[in-house]
Amino acid sequence: MEIVCPAGTPAALRAAVKAGAHTVYCGFADETNARNFPGLNFERDEMRESIARAHEHGAKVLIAINTYPRAGAEALWHRAVADAAGCGADAIILADPGLLAFAAREFPDLRRHLSVQAAAANADIINFYAAEFGVKRVVLPRVLSVPEIAAINAETDVETEVFVFGGLCVMAEGRCSLSSYATGKSPNMNGVCSPASHVEYREEAGRLDARLGGYTIHRVGAGEPAPYPTLCKGCFTAGDKTGHLFEDPVSLNAEALMPALQKAGVTALKIEGRQRSVSYVSQVVRNFRAAVDALEAGLPMPEGMLARLSEGQAGTTGAYKKTWR
Amino acid sequence: MSETPDQIPIFPLWPGRALRLAPLRPLQLGLNRFVARLAREHPKMFRRLGEHGAKRFEIDPVDLPVVILLEPREGAPRVTLARATQPHDARIAGPLAALLGMVHGAYDGDALFFSRDLVIEGDTAAVLALRNAIDAAELDLAAEIEALAGPARGMVERIVALAEKRTGVALTRHEEAEAW
Repeated sequence: MEIVCPAGTPAALRAAVKAGAHTVYCGFADETNARNFPGLNFERDEMRESIARAHEHGAKVLIAINTYPRAGAEALWHRAVADAAGCGADAIILADPGLLAFAAREFPDLRRHLSVQAAAANADIINFYAAEFGVKRVVLPRVLSVPEIAAINAETDVETEVFVFGGLCVMAEGRCSLSSYATGKSPNMNGVCSPASHVEYREEAGRLDARLGGYTIHRVGAGEPAPYPTLCKGCFTAGDKTGHLFEDPVSLNAEALMPALQKAGVTALKIEGRQRSVSYVSQVVRNFRAAVDALEAGLPMPEGMLARLSEGQAGTTGAYKKTWR
Repeated sequence: MSETPDQIPIFPLWPGRALRLAPLRPLQLGLNRFVARLAREHPKMFRRLGEHGAKRFEIDPVDLPVVILLEPREGAPRVTLARATQPHDARIAGPLAALLGMVHGAYDGDALFFSRDLVIEGDTAAVLALRNAIDAAELDLAAEIEALAGPARGMVERIVALAEKRTGVALTRHEEAEAW
């Protein structure tokens, strides 16, 4: 299986390739990609140079242009597609049907992947995207179990890519408006979920409050791991009960499920974290490359050592193994 | 590259004690010369800050009796050393070893935050921009100091290597940061 690794900067891209990434995904420094964070992403010259170097080392580069264009501002997204082609990208990752149609018409030779932001969670819709827009690969949303992924693969020729590590979005991506409710900004339109511009931390006598858009989303005591205040992992009180309504503040770690995902017909394993540091990228990619190599060679999987890098410093297999479903 | 450790090394106590008594002005002059060099050598780092290049960052090494007020000023940076907190837009506090380790790529900034080895307050977006800009620049602070040391470069190198060995603090960058 191919590992698809994140890079928020040219330095992270180089670290990912050196650590053994088969493929790296990244985005331009604007609202065309769903990790539009301050200080992050690639200028055009950085993208061109990074792709050329990655190719010299045998790695592929995918460019995520996976937000939904604002009406009347399509030119920014169209330019991003054209520049991705000009920079030599191996594929672009898109979510918006209009942008997919544009890319298929204007740049038919540029491979098209369907972003997780399109929330394509069944074979019918995946086959529709393939038939209409020539999509070759789909990034599956993180709401499917392994048997559901196997069932999808049995009914489509489109390659499937699944997340195996990193921040865990538990919603139907591209459709979630929780961040918009609290901040007016969303990953779908602005490329940021729970944007840092609306996040505030207050620490008093060891107690840490994490606020989003003025709302306290988490409150943790001294010594407890700090969370990032996303609403889907917030702590709420309803009636006489207080707890995490949707999901605990944990990260996805499906390392142990890699053999099952391989059997389910998955083509590529995706690591989340374009917003994370070079150090994170290097450690996680090295770990997963070793795991994939062991799997391909029929050797025991190496033990993971990645818990400390995770939000909440704890991992979950998410929907892949959710028994309540 | 080292893994994120279970425990951040403890910086020796004597620099903190010395700083309690030392006049800050000469040190501040040296630091300003140093950040001026960083601005010359790493202009992209300042460009990455974007709108946050005009913010004031208070960096608080909690094991030292001083705070560092960093004003990037869009590529014309200024540093002020103070013994108490200064007006700022964002504050980053943590053990000096954690701050240096993060700059040198030994530790992941988010992991340090999740584990609460780092505390951030104020303008979170500005902190994120600064973290990302520094991470992208792959700074090696020891190498930058050595470049300023002129004929004393060799001696500074040896002192840094010895201090790093004794303390376990990441005073320099060990991950290969050279071009491809």
